[in-house]
This record gives sequence, structure tokens and C-alpha cells, in this order.
Amino acid sequence: MLDTEIKVTAEVAAEHGLTPEEYARVVKILGREPNITELGIFSLMWSEHCSYKSSRVHLRRLPTKAPQVVQGPGENAGVVDIGEGLCAAFKIESHNHPSYVEPFQGAATGVGGILRDVFTMGARPIAVLDELRFGPVTSAPGAAGASKEFTARNRRILDGVVTGIGFYGNCFGVPTVGGDVAFAPCYSGNPLVNALALGIARRDELFFARARGAGNPVLYVGAKTGRDGIHGASLLASAEFTEESQQKRPNVQVGDPFLEKLLLEACLEAMRTGAIVAIQDMGAAGLTSSSCEMASRGCVGIELDLDRVPQRETGMTPYEIMLSESQERMLIVAERGREHEVIEVFAKWGLDAVEVGRVTPDGMMRVVWQERTAAEIPAKALAEDAPVYQRPLAPPAAPRGGGKLIEFAPEGTDLTANFARLLAWPGIASKRWIFEQYDHMVRTNTLAWPGAADAAVLRMKGTHRGLALTVDGNGRWCWLAPREGAKAAVAEGARNVACAGARPWAATNCLNFGNPEKLEVMWEFSECVDGIAEACIALGIPITGGNVSFYNDTLGQSIYPTPVLGVLGLLEDASRAVGIAFREEGDAILLLDSAGEGARPAGADARREFSSSEYAFALYGVAGGAPPIVDLAAEKRLIEALLVLSGEKLLRSAHDISDGGLGVTLAECCFASRGLSARVSLSSFEPPEAAVFGERGARAVVSCSREALARLGGVARQWGIAALAIGEVGRDDFHVSVNGRAVIQAPCDRLRAAWADALPSIMGK
Amino acid sequence: MKFGVVVFPGSNCDDDARHVIANVLGQTAEFLWHQSEDLCGADAVILPGGFAYGDYLRTGAIARFSPVMRAVERFARGGGIVLGICNGFQILLEAGLLPGAMLRNAGLRFRCLPVHIRVEQTDTPFTCAARRGQVLEAPIAHNEGNYYCDAETLAGLERDRQILFRYTTPDGREEAAANPNGSLANIAGICNRERNVAGLMPHPERASERELGSADGLVIFRSMAEWLARTAEPATAVSRAR
Repeated sequence: MLDTEIKVTAEVAAEHGLTPEEYARVVKILGREPNITELGIFSLMWSEHCSYKSSRVHLRRLPTKAPQVVQGPGENAGVVDIGEGLCAAFKIESHNHPSYVEPFQGAATGVGGILRDVFTMGARPIAVLDELRFGPVTSAPGAAGASKEFTARNRRILDGVVTGIGFYGNCFGVPTVGGDVAFAPCYSGNPLVNALALGIARRDELFFARARGAGNPVLYVGAKTGRDGIHGASLLASAEFTEESQQKRPNVQVGDPFLEKLLLEACLEAMRTGAIVAIQDMGAAGLTSSSCEMASRGCVGIELDLDRVPQRETGMTPYEIMLSESQERMLIVAERGREHEVIEVFAKWGLDAVEVGRVTPDGMMRVVWQERTAAEIPAKALAEDAPVYQRPLAPPAAPRGGGKLIEFAPEGTDLTANFARLLAWPGIASKRWIFEQYDHMVRTNTLAWPGAADAAVLRMKGTHRGLALTVDGNGRWCWLAPREGAKAAVAEGARNVACAGARPWAATNCLNFGNPEKLEVMWEFSECVDGIAEACIALGIPITGGNVSFYNDTLGQSIYPTPVLGVLGLLEDASRAVGIAFREEGDAILLLDSAGEGARPAGADARREFSSSEYAFALYGVAGGAPPIVDLAAEKRLIEALLVLSGEKLLRSAHDISDGGLGVTLAECCFASRGLSARVSLSSFEPPEAAVFGERGARAVVSCSREALARLGGVARQWGIAALAIGEVGRDDFHVSVNGRAVIQAPCDRLRAAWADALPSIMGK
Repeated sequence: MKFGVVVFPGSNCDDDARHVIANVLGQTAEFLWHQSEDLCGADAVILPGGFAYGDYLRTGAIARFSPVMRAVERFARGGGIVLGICNGFQILLEAGLLPGAMLRNAGLRFRCLPVHIRVEQTDTPFTCAARRGQVLEAPIAHNEGNYYCDAETLAGLERDRQILFRYTTPDGREEAAANPNGSLANIAGICNRERNVAGLMPHPERASERELGSADGLVIFRSMAEWLARTAEPATAVSRAR
């Protein structure tokens, strides 16, 4: 029996993930029972992944407007003006569940999808960054409870994800310039793979996904449609994981970066003909979402003739064709009479471009198959009238982090051994093993490659300008205190970009959470959105789009709430970019501390704060207490001061303090340099461990020449920032003392080896 | 001088090569489409890096059959100057314009990092502006750069001084640790016996501007331009020959 003949019942609707209320809504919109194809279409468009039905009411609280914003949320990617007639299009998206089920292809197609979102806007992709979360890959204390079997599987996932990202980006020809990797047990059964792509376009050459002009032809371009990825969005991305999830492997798409490269070149060339009216990629929900969203945005209808859709397999039903998530496909509305110009460009690149339908004036999405109407749905209702849920929410009954707290080591303890272990913890250790597998230089714009600066820095040929880009998030902090944790993610992103010499300009976010039907998860989500909104408003950073990924649960266990911020910064003069590496022996090392002494908690609060640190987690398996309070006004002052300092070329290096505290920051400045080290003495009321490894924000370590010291001090005073001269750049020994007593003392090369060799030895070179 | 930069479907360093030739070197660069046998009067041809035809088979195995390669072969046999970078090198090997073959990197992973290569010969169009023994810093980015040939071919390469670049330490020592991909005899680049066709795995076009970390690679493009200028004026070519 053909599936077109399957009778739709409430049970079939439930199997498609529609609730009885949602099904009733479908019937009301259509004025009749849907057929199976229509049901499939609704289930896809109204899935959590496509409709944002649980998150929409909250996302409205994010600031999305600013003078530089050309296109906010709602298009394929956000767009901001970056001067000289140019725009940056950028967006981040998750591909979490596919990357667990099939790490290599899941990650590869995650990259492919976000690249299409960017070049659909008419922008040539110039950079990719990845935010990755995995379960523990070693049985170090921070990986408390991780069995050998778990760590081996997590290593396989890490390996597959990294290879997949490299496979796609390297062949496509986009540099993977940065990212962030962290490890915690909650990601064992649910890794996070968030890919961010950035593209550049001339402002007057942007393209949008708004169909118009009744009678205009609808062209299908790119790869043929197969049965892969059916229900990717509705079932894989919008439901919890169970033990049967491995059986969903066939629902993961397969990527072809070579085809995507051809699609990129053909699309950009076809756009220059002027014959394209609108264009949208077929990502999640494939032909369904691309057609009905383009129609809905343009207030028109679209009629598709499925017999004309290029197919890879025989005997595909309308249901399968409409729901397929085959990769590397685009839908284009061309100007009637000029479609041959578009088709010729695609033929030049060896790609199919087939007229599969036309724009209609009646606002209906009509699907014709074998001369019968297989589906007929009002496009606007389908795309925009998805149910919106104000889901119930509630904070956890007992506040998190109330459990085990860390005990401070007694005053005078030598912390060198702990420091070496922290440097070898995968979350802190060198990520060279990962980024060496990515081409991070192709297109020759990469001024600061991974690890060289706090943010990736790219030049824009033909101008003096540059862009800085970073991705940040701290799931553990968001689990302990969602609002503060989310604020910290924004603050860290902005601080990173400013350390690299760029003004924070706009941000995109990827919100990774558990099952939204759980009260606590929904509360975490709401709190995180509020935190992001508060920080973005305070720091003047608009959100231009992003992605929500719910149902990151495995066997009932939710991941840490993990909002990830991608912050874009603008440099008017790319030659003012600043790296993290110390440059000259004898340079002064300064700690810029914007919040100042008053921000330091004392007594029990100091223990609570320190218990949330990477040090506590990596060395003692403690994830407790509460993260540092974010002082947004202090962050803002620090950013402004850093921009003045880099603008006047006073800084030899700048590196913010985050994971692993001041100690790790100093070490990374040394490791990135050509054989330099640091000699630092601190005076502090805090216990030495907190002084060296505490992670309070609004701080950065900078180095400068002796001659620049006076001016630097003046700028700091002007912005109300403490600029503490804590030491100088040296050679050989890495030395840190607190209140006159040495706490870390070791040959820098030995520390560097611990940091550099950790991942390769875990992953087997 | 006019440089032709071949564009195969899947080439992705074509823009970068054109940028260096036009905007850094100040010479003319024109793209040559893979389906055309017309080299548009180019004085030298560059096969750029990338993944020609996707390289899902063996690298370069399909590209060698494209129409433009027929023209490049004729051009090379007639003494024209041809440089293959990375994927371009792999294609020249497949086309038989250079001897040997590429294996997957030792370690079986894609590697992208700056490496050091020592200039071994300077009597070629690709190295005439460099000093013998000069060490250049330039990045690699490849999966299959593990050069291999049989003992007889290697002996021939050595005898006829066809090895142009070897991976070394920054101070020019030929050590196993300086070899990023396991290539035979630390070979990073070679030329043919006639010395007009060369290939190398590192990307000189990514190391031709200081702001990108190294400008050492520019000497290769400068060599080509100088060589061409010399051969265009035979009288000075003799007096300036090294």
C-alpha cells in the first residue's frame, strides 16, 4: 500500500509527535482531516526544532535592534553592517543529536548546514567556529564516575566529530578558525556540536528568502533528493534520547562538501545575474520549510510539482520527498523569462537546476504529484501559526551546588603539581590536536589562528578592517546559577573580542537545553534568556539570530543548560589586533582588574565561588557553590579601556582571565610565545588557590613595554580600572608567588609539555 | 607577466594564488577554467590547492583527465613553466608530469600547521631568487602529502638535483621530527628533469604577507616572475644567470 493511502488518525498524528491539541489545530486550519503528506508537513514545521514553540515567548526578551543590525532573527542568518559598504552575515546552529548517533556525518552536515545559511544570504563564508561539549575522555578526578567504557566511547565521539568538521570545512574551503571545547559527564550521552559560520557580502548585494511575483518559476538546485534524513528535525532533534536512539542512524544525513562548494560558487555567480528573486537553503525540513517559509515571508503561495524534483531513488512518495533532509540543496525563485540565466550558471558548475513549481497569488502551499494534489496548506498558517507554548517552569526544589565544596589548601602549600595537572586536564590543555586537523588558513585572511589571540581575527581584503570572532559558554556555571552563567558567557565573549582589539558588534546564540517539558529545564531556559538579555543590553550587543536545541536528554538525564554565545567584533584597523603571546623579555605584566578588590568574596562565600571553578572540577571533581557574580558595568569599563589601549598600540599582548584563572592565563601567554616565561608576584587577601585559579570576570592580563607603562596607567585610571604591575616577562622558570611566598615554580618547558602533550596522548597522537 | 591559475571544480586556493600574484607581486593573473583547453596566453600556469572534483577517489586522479590538463601538458612539454601547489602537486603526479605518488600522511590525519622547508636547488624558475640552503616558513594543509617513489626514482631525483624543497627544522637541519607527513627523504617539493614543472605541498601563497605570519613563500612567485622576465629578454638572461 502506498503511504499516500494511509488513513490519518489521532494515533498516526501522535506517532508524528503532534499532541491531540496540535492535531485539532491542524484540522481547524485545513477545515478537514489532513492526508498523510500534509500531516508529515505539519509535524515537521511544528516540531520544536523548526517552530521554536516552547522558546518563542522567551526569545522575545532578547535585544535584537541596533543601528548596525541589517537583518535580525527570522532570516537564514543575521546580518550586520561593518562599514565600507560591507556586511557580515553570521549564525550558529546545533547538530547535537546527529553527532551522537553518527559523529562524523553528524558534525560534517552541521557545518554544511550553517554554511548554506550564510551563503544563501549572498555572503561568501570566510570562517567557521565550533563549540563542542563531550563527556570525559580520561578518568581524571574531574571525570568522576566515568568508566573506561564511557571514556572510550567519548573519545570515539570526539574523534569522529573533529574529523567530520575537518572533512567538510577543509574540502569546502572555509577556514575553521576557532572554537571552544569542554568536558563534563552530563555530555556523555549527548555531546554538543554547535557550528558558527561567518560570511561577507556587499550591503547592496544581500539576498533574502522572500518569494514574490505570481507566476515566477521556482527552481530546485543542487543534490538530488533521497530518503536520507527523513524526520531528522521532528524526531531526532525534537525528542529525548533513549536506548533505541542508535537505530536512528538512517535519519542522519550524509554530507558532500565538494557538492556544497560547487553550490556556493554557482549560487554567488547566479545571484550576480540579477535574475534571482529569493533563495533559501533546504536545511532541516528540506523542501517543506524552504517553500512554505519563502511563500509565507513574501505573502504569496507556492505550487510544487514533485514529479519534477530530481530524485536519487525510485518510488519515493510525496511524503518522503517533502520530508527528506538530503543535503546540499537550494530552492530559488527566479524572475519569469530570465530563469535560463540561472540555469546556465548552474549547468556551468555541473549542477541540476530544475523548474519544479511557481509562485502563486493565493497564499497556498500546493504540492502536486502524478497530476493529483498531494497537499494543500495555507503557507502562512503552516509557517507562522505553529502553537506557542508558555510552558510551566519552576526552579529546582533544592538549589544546586549545595553539595560538596572545595577545601582550600593551607597557606604555603606548593601548588606546582596541581598546576601541572590542571594544565593537562583536557578542558584546559592545548587544543592543537583538534585545530591542526582543520584548515584554518585557507582564503588567507586569518590573522590570528586558534590559540593565538582571545578571538579569531580575520582581515577583509581591500579594506583595512578586520573581524574578531569567538564562541563561549560555561554549562557548569549555568547549571549552578543559570542567570549569572548566561551573563558570564556574554561577558566572556565580549571581553575576548575586546582583548583581541575589536569592538563587540553583534552576537548570535545557540541555546542547548534539556527537555522543555520539565519544569526545571524551562526555568533554566527562561533564566538564561534573561541573563543573556541583561548582559547584551548592558554591553550594547544586539542578538541577530541563533538556534534553540531542546531535548538534550539521554535516559532522562538532562545536560547542563548550555547557552553558547558567538560574539562578533569589529576592528576598524586590523593592524591593531592583539595576540595573547608575550613578546619581549623584560616587558611589564599587568593585571587589569575592573571590579577591584571589593568584588572579592570572603570566608564561606570565597569557598562557594571557588567550588564552581574549572580547578575544583578538574582536580577534585567538585561542581558546587555558585559562579562569580558578573559585574556588567565593570566589564563594560574593561572593554572600553582595552579598546583605547589597543587603539594606541600600547599593548604587546592581552589575554582575559577565564577557565583556570590567572595561572592558566599567564601560562597560555607564555606557551603562545617564542620561548618566554613569566615571573609574577601577587598580593592578595584571598587564599593562594583562589588568587591564582579563581575565575572572577572583568579581568585581563596584558603586557607592555616599560615606556608604555605610564600611559597605560593613565588610561586605566581614566576608566576606573586597577592596573596592577604583577611581574615581568622572563625566560626559563615560570614563577608565581602570593604575598611573598612561592606557590608555583617550574621550568616553563616542563609545564608547556604537560599542557601540549595531554590531548595527543589521550587521543593516541 | 601573465600567470594563469587553473580553476577545477573544488579548487579552493585559486583566489589566494590570484591575490598574491596580482596584489602582492603586482603581476597579471587570470583564471583558467577546467573545461577549456585555452591557456589564454599565460606565461606560467599555477595549479592551486583544493579538492579538485572532490578528491573522493585518489587525490588528483580525476582532475588529470580534465580538458585544461591536456593544454597544460602541451604547455609543459613545450617548456612552459608550471607550478602545482598542494592539490596541484598531487595532480601533476597523477598526470605523470612529475615522478612519484602521494600516500596518506603518516598518522592518517589531515594536518594544518606552519612548517619549515629548505631550498635545495636554485637553478630553477621556482627558486632562482632564493639562496641555496635558505629556510622558508610556510603552512601545510593536507591529508595526503606523504611523498613516495621507488628507490630508482629517488636516486634519479637526487642525481638530477630535482628535489627543490625538504622539510627541516627552523635552522635547516633535516630531521625526522621536522617531517610533518612522513614523506620520503623529507621531500616537500620536486621538479621534473627539464626543471620547468614543479610541485610542493606547503602553500607559498599563504606565506607571502607578513601579517599572515610569514612572507617567505613570496620568493617562489618572485623567482617565477624574474625567470620569465629574463627569458623574455635573452641578452640579460645570460648575464644574470646563476
